[in-house]
Amino acid sequence: MDIKLKIWRQKNASTKGRFEDYELRDVSPEMSFLEMLDYLNKQLIEGGKEPVTFEHDCREGICGTCGLYINGRPHGPQQHTTTCELHMRAFKDGETIVVEPWRSKAFPIIKDLAVDRSAFDKIMNAGGFVNIDTGSAPEANNIPINKKISDRAFDAAVCIGCGACVAACKNSSAMLFVAAKVSQFALLPQGKVEAAERVQRMVEKMDELGFGFCSNTYACEFDCPKGISVEFIAQMNREFLSAKLCAHKGH
Amino acid sequence: MIKLDSKIPEGPIAEKWSKHKTSLRLVNPANKKKLEVIVVGSGLAGASAASALGELGYKVKVFCFQDTPRRAHSVAAQGGINAAKNYKNDGDSVYRLFLDMIKGGDYRAREANVYRAAEVSNLVIDHFTALGVPFARDYGGALDNRSFGGVQVSRTFYAKGQTGQQCLLGTYSSLSRQIAKGRVTMYSRRDMLDVVVIDGKARGIITRNLVTGAIERHGAHAVVLATGGYGTVFYLSTLALGSNATAAWSAHKKGALFANPSFIQIHPTSIPVLNDYQCKLTLMSESLRNDGRVWVPKGQADKRHPNSIPEEERDYYLERRYPAFGNLVPRDVASRAAKERCDAGYGVGDTGLSVYLDFKDAIAKQGKKAIEDKYGNLFEMYEKITGINPYNEPMRIYPAGHYTMGGLWVDYNLMTTIPGLYAIGESNFSDHGANRLGASSLMQCSGDGYFILPYTISDYLADEIRSPKTDIKHPEFDQAEKEVKERINRLMSVNGTQTASSFHKRLGKILWDHCGMFRTAEGLKKGRVLLDQLEEEFWKEIKIPGDANELNQELEKALKVADFFEVGRLMMEDALDRNESCGAHFREEYQTEQGEAKRDDANYAYVAAWEYQGHAQKPLLHMEPLKFEFVELKERSYK
Ligand SMILES: Cc1cc2nc3c(=O)[nH]c(=O)nc-3n(C[C@H](O)[C@H](O)[C@H](O)COP(=O)(O)OP(=O)(O)OC[C@H]3O[C@@H](n4cnc5c(N)ncnc54)[C@H](O)[C@@H]3O)c2cc1C
Ligand code: SF4
Ligand code: FES
Repeated sequence: MDIKLKIWRQKNASTKGRFEDYELRDVSPEMSFLEMLDYLNKQLIEGGKEPVTFEHDCREGICGTCGLYINGRPHGPQQHTTTCELHMRAFKDGETIVVEPWRSKAFPIIKDLAVDRSAFDKIMNAGGFVNIDTGSAPEANNIPINKKISDRAFDAAVCIGCGACVAACKNSSAMLFVAAKVSQFALLPQGKVEAAERVQRMVEKMDELGFGFCSNTYACEFDCPKGISVEFIAQMNREFLSAKLCAHKGH
Repeated sequence: MIKLDSKIPEGPIAEKWSKHKTSLRLVNPANKKKLEVIVVGSGLAGASAASALGELGYKVKVFCFQDTPRRAHSVAAQGGINAAKNYKNDGDSVYRLFLDMIKGGDYRAREANVYRAAEVSNLVIDHFTALGVPFARDYGGALDNRSFGGVQVSRTFYAKGQTGQQCLLGTYSSLSRQIAKGRVTMYSRRDMLDVVVIDGKARGIITRNLVTGAIERHGAHAVVLATGGYGTVFYLSTLALGSNATAAWSAHKKGALFANPSFIQIHPTSIPVLNDYQCKLTLMSESLRNDGRVWVPKGQADKRHPNSIPEEERDYYLERRYPAFGNLVPRDVASRAAKERCDAGYGVGDTGLSVYLDFKDAIAKQGKKAIEDKYGNLFEMYEKITGINPYNEPMRIYPAGHYTMGGLWVDYNLMTTIPGLYAIGESNFSDHGANRLGASSLMQCSGDGYFILPYTISDYLADEIRSPKTDIKHPEFDQAEKEVKERINRLMSVNGTQTASSFHKRLGKILWDHCGMFRTAEGLKKGRVLLDQLEEEFWKEIKIPGDANELNQELEKALKVADFFEVGRLMMEDALDRNESCGAHFREEYQTEQGEAKRDDANYAYVAAWEYQGHAQKPLLHMEPLKFEFVELKERSYK
């Protein structure tokens, strides 16, 4: 198949970017989206031009590195699919495909399609952990956990930290990302002990880093490649309110 | 002249580690604060080591090439992590796990190291559980286990098909905690390009900042490499595209011996190559072989749809050849058997280079829901890539480069031959011999990082309490930085016509064809010539657009490929030296009448540790004899 591409090019954080047009022939529908970009880059390099910078690593939907805004949607048209898992069979012959980086104040552009998502690490550093030192853990089966609860915690824990939820949200809110982590730990007995402090610290950090507020449009859930449910946002809000309440009462 | 001393403690196998631990020196808390440790790598091995060292009070600096430590390739491990808990009451024990690994590794691993890995495995599971890793549970609330290839007990802990992700994120959370406490400083988006050795001791590293292109110096009292495997040498592999050999190779060039470089595991169940632009093969976890049955048609070049091939015309060749283990034979055996069938003309798919992995019987017996619970995400992944729904028709699979048993040589303390330089996790050679059993790498990586290195490194650092902070203006830093810059300039100034990836692809093909699943002396020699020619062409024809002083992904790739040539050369040297077949290393000249690997324990029961002698110079072989005091050497049979 032949396709046309409109790709955002930007030399670095301090220069202005613009769209560039490319035409690509003989694209195989079996190619992944990123293999299609590799194919483009090969032609650019051999033609003496600078290739398009885009980020990727595992190429199997688990590391969360890739993430492109394709035809107006984070990770492109296919539900529950990361950019690297998307294949060209999802597009039509002759189609024009628009490719942009994540757009959010909290994720500044580094070059072309690569953005800086270190704000997510900062939120994690604010409290995304259980306070336990190596060596002090009890025997694993001394903490029985109801299978349903443990499975639910797993559903929250599969977040890959890609940032699509932020890119999808008109307010650039990071609620889904934060809620997934907060809920995973709040559900499990290991994490319950510090649940109140954790949620407060992580939410505060999120606000401080310039992510927007949540107005319940659920675009995040729709575009999350891992299908993280917005119900976790509700769970986090409950955790947050009860933490505030406890703090208020001086408990 | 380097002298190998494995430092294996005396005494009964079950007491070696506990005795050794008590003999290791400690550093008092006030001194720990003054001691700096560099950890390169934030995978299970690096992140666990860094968290444990941070908790102890050392000043730790962690480096990774990704934008955040949470993306290290450990995240992609699927099937599970072993431990000798014996929760299933099926006769498991530390000793049995040790035996399975020694046998699985085809008697080419060190007894003492393997026993220790098995011994700390239970602590690892306790720790992960306490960190909130949501492992699978049964209805009573206890942790569940499943079985994995090459063993007859169920000892594998798992979190659906995302065990690596869950373990890594658990470890990342413990790392985040130390970063928050200010004990660990994180340096993401850095490529380590050299290690700095001062007066014979590792004192720091040189990195390239991948955003600005700046060449940076970092000093410390000790350096730990946890940089993962180099399976990407084959170009097509199950590894992440950024995985590389550069960090380990730079240490090798500075004097660290490289052990068993040709021991590379080819994993039997990966999605086959689908198009010519493919640069990555996606693994389908070994755990699938618990319920999936492997087969090919009984007739050659059978082009019928798999669902229309009747039962009696299917050859379940693993069950036929290995009745005792069936579909659960170890990886090396399963991979070779698949290649044998395909080479003989029974392979399926357009290219004839794949076999079926069929869940029909398991779905009929257990129901679709049960299969979905166990492997849902893997089935989805398969469908996204191939467009085929494996609930309705069998998966097609083929072997792919996967895991490097070989790596930097380390002694029992996990120290390389450069004092103060440690190697942990997949980057070292120590625990898996010539073949790794499934679910034992996550176990080794986290055991190394959380429960072994923190003890052994303190013994070294106890001597360093009087050493001042490393001076990064030292002439050795000048020299290392100069060499790195020269290498970069040399690459940038070639200005040829071909991309780094195109060279990588051709190199991978040479290695796959000549140093892959089946090797011969003749083929290896031919491969070496081809590799030399390609390397020469690389240095004349490589094209890197842009500037070195900015984000430049083509330069990053070229630096890696340049090292892969040298690694490939050493792999072939090693494969040629080893005139026997063992585990993943299969020399066609050395096989039994049934086509199984034929070891030569009298002549080759050693670790081959290679010393660098300069570019394309014949490396010097050091042999570490493997003594088997507790296990009897036997032919490895899964029949
Ligand atoms: C697809 C797949 C599935 C697997 N499934 C299982 C399984 O089910 N069970 C099991 O036990 N094992 C499994 N394995 C093997 C296991 O996942 C790995 O062996 C293990 O995770 C390696 O961990 P590590 O910490 O040594 O390295 P990695 O996790 O690979 O981490 C390497 C780190 O080093 C850094 N690094 C590398 N080079 C440089 C450099 N030059 N400069 C700076 N930083 C650098 C990287 O940024 C990264 O942080 C699987 C492997 C693959 C590929
Ligand atoms: S919640 Fe979903 S979209 Fe957001 S970072 Fe996690 S995986 Fe990505
Ligand atoms: S490259 Fe890892 S998720 Fe896409």
